Amino acid sequence: MMLSLEGVTKTYRVGAFGTATLTAVDDVSLDLVPGEVVSLIGESGSGKTTLGRTVLGLLTPTRGRITLDGAPARPGKAYYRHVQGVFQDPFSCYNPVFKADRVIKMIKDEYFPGVAASEWEGRIEKSLKDVGLDPGQVLGRYPHQLSGGQLQRLLIARALLLDLRYLVADEITSMLDASTRIDVLNLLADLKSRGLGVLFVTHDLSLGNYISERAVVLYRGQVVESGPTAAVFGNPLHPYTIKLLSSVPRLTARWDGGDPAVPAVEVSAGPSTLVEEEPGHLVRRSGTTLTRSVS
Amino acid sequence: MTLRVDDLRVHYRTLRGEVKALDGVSFGVGDGEILGLAGESGCGKTTLGKSLIRMDGRMRLAGGTVSLDGAELPIGDDRRMNPFRFKRVSLIPQYSMSAMNPTRRIGRMITELLASRGESVDTAELERRLDLVELPRDILGRYPIELSGGMKQRMVMVISTLLDPSLLIADEITSALDVSTQKAVARTLVEFRDRGFVRSMIFITHDISLTYQIADTIMVMYAGRLAEKAPASVIVSEPRHPYTRMLISSLPEVGVRHAERRLSGIPGRPPALLDPPQGCRFRDRCPLAFDRCAEDPPPIEVAPGHHVACWKA
Amino acid sequence: MTAVPTGRNEALYFALRNGKLLAGLVVLVPLLVLAAAAPLIAGGDPNAYVATPASPPSAERWFGTTMFGQDIFAQFVYGLRVTFVVGVLGGGLAAIIGMAIGFTAGYRGGLVDEVLNMLTNIVLVLPALAVLLIVNAYLGVRSVGVQALFIGLTSWPWAARAIRAQTFSLRSRDFVDLAKLSGVRTWKIITREIAPNMSSYLFMTFILLFGGSILIAASLDFIGLGPSEGVSLGLMLNNAARWSALHLGMWWWFIPPGAGITAIVGALYVMNVGLDEVFNPKLREL
Repeated sequence: MMLSLEGVTKTYRVGAFGTATLTAVDDVSLDLVPGEVVSLIGESGSGKTTLGRTVLGLLTPTRGRITLDGAPARPGKAYYRHVQGVFQDPFSCYNPVFKADRVIKMIKDEYFPGVAASEWEGRIEKSLKDVGLDPGQVLGRYPHQLSGGQLQRLLIARALLLDLRYLVADEITSMLDASTRIDVLNLLADLKSRGLGVLFVTHDLSLGNYISERAVVLYRGQVVESGPTAAVFGNPLHPYTIKLLSSVPRLTARWDGGDPAVPAVEVSAGPSTLVEEEPGHLVRRSGTTLTRSVS
Repeated sequence: MTLRVDDLRVHYRTLRGEVKALDGVSFGVGDGEILGLAGESGCGKTTLGKSLIRMDGRMRLAGGTVSLDGAELPIGDDRRMNPFRFKRVSLIPQYSMSAMNPTRRIGRMITELLASRGESVDTAELERRLDLVELPRDILGRYPIELSGGMKQRMVMVISTLLDPSLLIADEITSALDVSTQKAVARTLVEFRDRGFVRSMIFITHDISLTYQIADTIMVMYAGRLAEKAPASVIVSEPRHPYTRMLISSLPEVGVRHAERRLSGIPGRPPALLDPPQGCRFRDRCPLAFDRCAEDPPPIEVAPGHHVACWKA
Repeated sequence: MTAVPTGRNEALYFALRNGKLLAGLVVLVPLLVLAAAAPLIAGGDPNAYVATPASPPSAERWFGTTMFGQDIFAQFVYGLRVTFVVGVLGGGLAAIIGMAIGFTAGYRGGLVDEVLNMLTNIVLVLPALAVLLIVNAYLGVRSVGVQALFIGLTSWPWAARAIRAQTFSLRSRDFVDLAKLSGVRTWKIITREIAPNMSSYLFMTFILLFGGSILIAASLDFIGLGPSEGVSLGLMLNNAARWSALHLGMWWWFIPPGAGITAIVGALYVMNVGLDEVFNPKLREL
């Protein structure tokens, strides 16, 4: 079962009378397969969140299409049975006036009204165990009584109750502390090894590098570089990727004296295409100059 | 020593009792030193930053003293602190977007701000500093809304250091910024210190990798107390406190892949500070904990400039 | 804290332990009983001339009599009745229209929002009193029910705007997205996810509409557009004012209706604060 994005574009009308248009996502094509984590890397304004929400059917693409197993993806129970999402702010994902386990009850009401209570409890217990949660510590509590890490795990457990094939994880660790963040990442990696496909949306290159098999770098709505994570991070070819990597603070080395000699990232006004520089490693080049070397 | 903090205790008043957010912290910041303050949410780093410049209504000074340039800093007395704020101790707010008055042109706002402190604007110096952070000089005639996020952040940095404060507090100023902007801002801070615009700085962040890039010394806090304080490179390469070690080993560096090396986090949660447990506060999560940890470990200087609060250090 | 029951009983558990809610009920319930039992307590016609005019309260006439010798207690209990009916019908109708329009406009957004917003603004700027005058002159219907209907149809716009704004900010929260991802239908998202977050706000809207209806009804009564017969607390107040009860020192004429309106609206307000604590788990612990 493959989740495919073909030329997905999302534009917004802006300005006083909707005269101007803003292209948030520009012609993005991407395939997700089971058992693989693809990280979608970008800074603010790159369109990564818009793209994640489009995959989840929360936004409708202006052009292009998303298909699951060849069938067009339509927001609805049939699609959401296989494709689910977890978002950035765990506290905002829970209705503050209800208990946290309501997110699980909602799944029961909508998808499994016929399942007997005792069997359902067994499923909840298994799914909570899968994400490393103790049922006694999270069930029957209000969201503000739980930690951010527990809340994110509970949301993943909720998704696991379905026949889940793909998970869109939009910045799910950016509000967690360093000491719990890594455990949520490891959890995603464990689920991946059990056959889940994950679209890991992040601004944090080190996290994307840690967990994903493939990386896609977005800049102003366009894919500027994509390929196997090791290739994108080990041998970045697009100036923007190079600049990003040189800006990441590391524990192994301090930033050196000056910025590396990186050509200024220019928005390609003219046509540009993704060129396959190495097997599977695509880099955006402007249509006229197909220079392969980047100093 | 520019700043000297002794056994500082700051509590938050809540309806259920006093939360001991800062429970006996002592440290110093030297001339020209950038101290990076690191720790997870709820460790007291923001409380510490706030209490050095302005306590909010719920905070109460429960004990300890602070001295700046050899004279006492009356942090518990809002009114007596006023002459120090902005002139001697200054702050870069986390949300620069809302830090400037939207109805005033920036130049006029600066004039009014300085006038309220009995100072006048040294236009030449101001323009020199604008040049330094690569802001156009005509920015003074614009309104804050006309500036981009990065420009606002730089403008606020210039304004908060205009009177050459002895101590500058920067609390999570880069956490809302993009990676590339974050680097530029962090570098500007170092530049300000190098040029003597600020004598010393406390750089508060949850991101140890970022702190390591600019700080001379890093202080790691845990549950309202000091866990470890050492030169930046020592904290990163030879941490002695189990918490620091576990925290640093939980950070995925660019280059570390899950498939090759699986990192692990720290199980458990920090204790509630409403009624903190006796003894070492990291005890419940610490793999090295033993009987003695039921007693409070005092911060010991294990090497010059390297303080650790752990019996096993 | 001792064992707290779960589920539906939980709200009841906290409700029964909430001082503000109970205090509001202690004031409101007796007034309701009094209004419901008016014919039993005060006999037939509250406007009958039954006793010495302008006599102060006594053991026989608890609230004294008017300038014309009508029993003020009888007027009060009948007035309560009418007041409750106008408040509930007028305020209720306005709340229903306001919620329907506010939720739809706020949740749907876009063109639907534009159209509904325009409608709301038109009704908002209509001079309600002038419209009521004209409608009344043409139709000539003067029952309490019709009065409530007119009040309800004209007083909803601010409620719709307020609810729209609240809905607008809540619909972009992640839990709404999560409900969508769970396959929950739109109307269920509005009623089960968004509305509970503003339940105390909705209740307060109703209280304000309720109080507003009572006051508008009183004004209408005063200019002769009220029910042609019967009595209401507003009418009593206006009668007292018209016959200079204040200058004549007849405090027993205007204090009961004034205190009645204040007590009803005030009790509802206190209950509202209490309900907020019952429904908002964060406030419970403070």
